[in-house]
Amino acid sequence: MSLLSITSVSKTYGSSARALIDVSLTVPAGARTAIVGPSGSGKTTLLKLIAGFERPDAGRITLDGTDLAGEGIHVPAHKRGIGIVSQDGALFPHLTVGENIGFGLPRRQEGRDQRIAALMNMVELDADMGSRRPHQLSGGQQQRVALARALALEPRLMLLDEPFSALDTGLRDTMRRTVARILAASGTTSILVTHDQGEALSFADHVAVFREGRLVQAGSPQSLYRRPADRQTALFLGDAVLLDAVVTSGQAETVLGTIPVSTTDDASDRGGSTAHKLVMLRPEQLRIRWLGLGEADLVKGARARVLESEFGGGLCRLTVEVGEGPSRAVLDLRVSGFDVAAPGETVAIEVVGQGHVLPG
Amino acid sequence: MPHADAKSFAVAPNATPGHLSGSQRERARVAYPLVTLPALLVALVSLIPLGFVAVVTVQTGWDQVVALVFRGRVGDLLINTALLEAATVPLTIVLAVALAWLTERTNLPFSRLWAWLAVAPLAVPAFVHSYAWISLVPGLKGLGGGVLVSVLAYFPFLYLPVAAQLRRLDPAIEDAAASLGLSPWRVFVRAVLPQLRVAICGGSLLVGLHLLAEYGLFVMIRFDTFSTAIVDQFQSAFNGPAANMLSGVLVLCCLALLGTEALARGGERYARVGSGAPRMVTRHALGPWIWPALALNLVTAALAIGVPFTTLTRWLAIGGFDIWPLQAVGNAVLQTVLLAVMGGMLTTVAAAPMAWLSVRAPGRLQRILEACHYYVGSLPGVVVALALVTITVRLVLPLYQTFATLLLAYGLLFLPRALVALRASIAQAPVELERAAMALGRAPLQAVRVTTMRLAAPGAAASTALVALGITNELTATLMLSPTGVETLATKFWSLTSEIDYVAAAPYALMMIVLSLPLTLVLHRQSSRASGSAA
Repeated sequence: MSLLSITSVSKTYGSSARALIDVSLTVPAGARTAIVGPSGSGKTTLLKLIAGFERPDAGRITLDGTDLAGEGIHVPAHKRGIGIVSQDGALFPHLTVGENIGFGLPRRQEGRDQRIAALMNMVELDADMGSRRPHQLSGGQQQRVALARALALEPRLMLLDEPFSALDTGLRDTMRRTVARILAASGTTSILVTHDQGEALSFADHVAVFREGRLVQAGSPQSLYRRPADRQTALFLGDAVLLDAVVTSGQAETVLGTIPVSTTDDASDRGGSTAHKLVMLRPEQLRIRWLGLGEADLVKGARARVLESEFGGGLCRLTVEVGEGPSRAVLDLRVSGFDVAAPGETVAIEVVGQGHVLPG
Repeated sequence: MPHADAKSFAVAPNATPGHLSGSQRERARVAYPLVTLPALLVALVSLIPLGFVAVVTVQTGWDQVVALVFRGRVGDLLINTALLEAATVPLTIVLAVALAWLTERTNLPFSRLWAWLAVAPLAVPAFVHSYAWISLVPGLKGLGGGVLVSVLAYFPFLYLPVAAQLRRLDPAIEDAAASLGLSPWRVFVRAVLPQLRVAICGGSLLVGLHLLAEYGLFVMIRFDTFSTAIVDQFQSAFNGPAANMLSGVLVLCCLALLGTEALARGGERYARVGSGAPRMVTRHALGPWIWPALALNLVTAALAIGVPFTTLTRWLAIGGFDIWPLQAVGNAVLQTVLLAVMGGMLTTVAAAPMAWLSVRAPGRLQRILEACHYYVGSLPGVVVALALVTITVRLVLPLYQTFATLLLAYGLLFLPRALVALRASIAQAPVELERAAMALGRAPLQAVRVTTMRLAAPGAAASTALVALGITNELTATLMLSPTGVETLATKFWSLTSEIDYVAAAPYALMMIVLSLPLTLVLHRQSSRASGSAA
């Protein structure tokens, strides 16, 4: 069941800057959706359109069956019932933490103080922090206050605008898990906007990738990571090994041997036709074995010569060369730091799982 | 000019000594005796006016003080002052906030032009504003007239800080308030207005102090305040106890204002919480409100700029070439510029040790000395002048009505302006630069000269210019202290208008505006840049 549906939405700033081009997206109820893309991809514009801070030039936005924006319709932000947590919390500097959290609650509402206390408890803030000022809190605490403030009104939809990017790396992961847990506990549908693909993949049940104002691909984190729609998306979502291949009915002949492959576009490679394609593998699909003396024959996989090796602690980098002549390829691999091969030595590369054929 | 980010830089050097332990800080403070001593001296001189009021009160004797203070006249003046403040300050706040909001945060057409026009009245001295109004509406007088002209003359003092603060606000906060279900008007009242509190308090204090200190404006509009009463007393009975006691009450009024402002401002922090650059400020669409908004800007500009401009033009046209006795006007310009530049440089030199100390060696002693520097600037010119008249007459008669005394009065009145400008630019020269210069083989004083003094030079120029602007338009102290034969543009203008010769006074008013205009423009640009605006 979809809670929010965005239909053919476009937005242009000024006379030329096209921020969003014909975007359609549905957000399932109760789920966590991530909108991810590099800066300038239009993700923040989309968020502003959903929140009601901007109006779309064309298209329609519907929440729970009610039109929020469309031809001649614009429900102002304060009547949408959509919560928002922004990059640095946007806490009111002139109010205490408690007053910030209770900002949206009617002043004379019965049980207001208890509600604030419950919200603070929900976001795991100590009760005695209620009388502090925002600037006395750490970055992570500020974000919890912002979340509690937005949750106070029990919004139908919660927008998270890069809420973790101002935090330190360690804190970021903890906060992400905490926020995911709190949202799940309160059953709030949420949309996370981020430029960090790792954050998007680990936070959301549903990911939408944006680039240059367009929605490139949407789906589960696993499907996007394993079967990206194109080369740019593949590289945006993580490290990738890209190989030239001859693809015939589910099999790809590559320099690393024959690999079973999948495609995003089912129609294109059915029917046994042969085509030169680009096949993507994720680095963790490559098992690299150092070939000691004598056991060389027992190890499966393509042989590769080590060109460079760079020690990096637990995870090391290996630049290897596979194949010869026109099919020669140089690959950058990540290997365990436990037994790193030296330049000039030979390693075996075995492919695990399916490769993915990229279109074009 | 001080750099745009003066404010943010100012914090950094202060932070360093915070890490020092108590004993280290003690040593650091004593380590600059060559700077502390002159700062101490300036601070002591700053205390002269207050000391004068205290000494005179004691000398007058309790019975006479009671007789002079608790009388109907003082009561009337107090009521007048209270009414003036209570009517002018709120009106000014409403006008300035409305204009600042419209020019900074809405899609008002020609917003840059309106912003300029909202600052431009600063170039017109307050008593020239009232001169213009009296010329236009000869019947204008009393509280109503005083409030009208005061609001028009002083609203830029509030407009400037409020507009700067509005540009600095994080729009994400307004978005957050809207997403919490607040209508646009309630967002303004509950989320924006509270964040303007510091700017409003500071600007209101400035307006309030000017209302207490202003003499020329209220004489023309025939509205009695303490300042006009003191000058009247002074002119009829010289420095009698009556004038002195009135100035004592006036000082108490100033202190009351300072206290009220401190209470209203509170110890709150309104800086942006969180890291990262704030987003671009969004402008609200006015829709049909665009017409009333334009009308408000237009009417304000017409009253605050149009009226002085048209009356001046009219008088100048009536007078033709005959009212330009080149020697008299030229002489007044020359004397004004000379006094302004000398006073500006002197004040800058006097403020330099304190500015340096407050950046490099903050501590308790420094804060006390700095408070002395600041408080004296909030005293009305009439109080400072009266104190200096009495002291020179009683103690050092040769100094009475000399340039030295006049310059001293200017120094006292405009010390805070110099301090603020210098402080900001010195704060931009981190101590690390001096250390680097020393590590590269420069002797300590030489290191200060090639780094900090070099970097603070624009600040010194700004400080000189700001003080010079103040001196150009200063009337009260100049009237009471200037040596015989000295006539600045302000005093010449004043003597001519006192003879109701409005036509002959016009060239002097024009010259004051011409001299003030460039500095007003600089002030406007500075405030735009200080808040990181591209405007």
